[in-house]
Amino acid sequence: MKRLPFSAWHFVLAPLALLFALPLVWLLVSSVMSNAEINRFPPALWPHGINLGGYRYVLGNALFPRWFLNSFIVSAVAVTANLVLGSLGGYAFARIRFAGSKIVLGLMLATMVIPFQLTMIPTFLVMKHLGLIDTLGALIVPSLVTPLSVFLFRQFFVSLPRELEEAAWIDGCGRLRILISIVLPLARPALSTVAVLTFLATWNDLTWPLIAINSDSTYTLQLGLTTFQGQHHTQWAAVMAGNVITVLPVLLGFLLAQKAFIRSLASTGLKG
Amino acid sequence: MASVVGTFTVDPRSKAAKRRARGEGATGWAFVSPSVVIILGLSVVPVLWSLLLSFQVNDLVSPSEWVGLANYKALLKDPAFGSAVSHTLIYTVLYVPLSVVAGLAIAIALDRKIAFIGLYRTLVFVPFVVSAAAQGVLFSFVLDPEFGVANSVLHKLGLPAQGFFSDPGQALYLLVAISLWSGTGFCVIVYLAGLQGVSSELVEAARIDGAGRWGVLRHVTLPALTPVTIFLVLFQTINALQVFDLVFVTTKGGPLGSTTVIVYFIWEKAFKTFTAGYSAAAAYTLAVALLVVGVALQIYRRRVAAR
Repeated sequence: MKRLPFSAWHFVLAPLALLFALPLVWLLVSSVMSNAEINRFPPALWPHGINLGGYRYVLGNALFPRWFLNSFIVSAVAVTANLVLGSLGGYAFARIRFAGSKIVLGLMLATMVIPFQLTMIPTFLVMKHLGLIDTLGALIVPSLVTPLSVFLFRQFFVSLPRELEEAAWIDGCGRLRILISIVLPLARPALSTVAVLTFLATWNDLTWPLIAINSDSTYTLQLGLTTFQGQHHTQWAAVMAGNVITVLPVLLGFLLAQKAFIRSLASTGLKG
Repeated sequence: MASVVGTFTVDPRSKAAKRRARGEGATGWAFVSPSVVIILGLSVVPVLWSLLLSFQVNDLVSPSEWVGLANYKALLKDPAFGSAVSHTLIYTVLYVPLSVVAGLAIAIALDRKIAFIGLYRTLVFVPFVVSAAAQGVLFSFVLDPEFGVANSVLHKLGLPAQGFFSDPGQALYLLVAISLWSGTGFCVIVYLAGLQGVSSELVEAARIDGAGRWGVLRHVTLPALTPVTIFLVLFQTINALQVFDLVFVTTKGGPLGSTTVIVYFIWEKAFKTFTAGYSAAAAYTLAVALLVVGVALQIYRRRVAAR
């Protein structure tokens, strides 16, 4: 790679980038501080050594491992279901002619503009009637498939050349077979976009778990962290250790698949 | 190729083709029905149900009672709702323009090929993927009046300690600042993607015609980015009007109600004081406001596109 010439822009961009990074650096640093360092005045700005007491407390005395598992289950089921149901629906809307398809698609897209506050009370009542309140099911059912997932798959499939599927169709392949063995292997960008958006939405959600869950053993990480902070107001190192555990999967996912994350999020903007 | 929309070009006279075309309808419905049931079932039904609720007194347990427009009338007279609306508007009026303008400025600064540019972009964007709950918990600590690093730094600089979230005059503005820290990155990446679409020939032509850096920005880049800007204003406004998680984690609407925003009000009425009908009326009021903003911006977008 050719070396780039030094630019004066570094004097603007480096401090700016640092400003955005600093709170997260502090999150990591304070999670390995001792309570003594935090609780004196003025509090220390840098730890003297790495103290894992916060992590030990959070993993041993609190329900964080359980909450992590709950969040993981909800996100994993939601991502899988959105990929399966979204691609099935998106494919049908893109390729199959059937009575009512345009009206149903239009209705589904229209629901994207409904704010969540408008539906949350009846959704709570529906989940209560189904006996799902205070179970992970209450968190999973509403996020099984979103109109955005169906729409993103449909847009992608419409852009694929039809000829790819025609040979298989003439050979007598069914639609499901064509979708699985011809279309989906080409749909990696759409699959990763839907996976990223669904994961971010379910992992980071607080509002709905707050409404639907009461028992602490059924909390998700976001709800658990929030409650934990309220109950351990003086154990900041432990709270920050819990916070790191809550944020880490998203941060790691983002750093490992940065291109997919950025493309997914930018695409909601440019096509929206 | 003369393909028909929605089906393949198979000889329509063959019997097999006809049979398959008939089967297509069933296949189509089989593919979409899980999505249709879940999405419409959990949106259309609740939207109508909410409308009914807003004309009722309901505590989420006992049978509800029809009260007509009483909830809406009470809402208009409720000073708590009035201040929730004004807090939400202050938050929105500060957050939306600041995040969009800062997003554009930072995107332009980041739109160049220099060393470390990938790292700079990553760092500016990374707070966006952090959940509002985690942001709230982190900043509750940073801004803790006793143990927080913010007062510690002020102390080192010889400045007086601040109350931060415990000060009714500061709390709402701190929420705006935290949202800017995490939300500006989204504007940056959308603008960065938009900037790749600005025709370099147009920029080149303007340069040759003697336009300076500002001239190019004002007369070429900004007009080309107008659709992106309208989208971002719409997206950020909708998010700002619905802010909840961050408020719940940091201030719970306090101190002295100074950060009670509309959605916090709605949540509190439904799930804390169990006045679900009243809450639904507030939710409908917010939804109508969102609809008006959305439609106005759509009309504006069409006009810009037609020009």
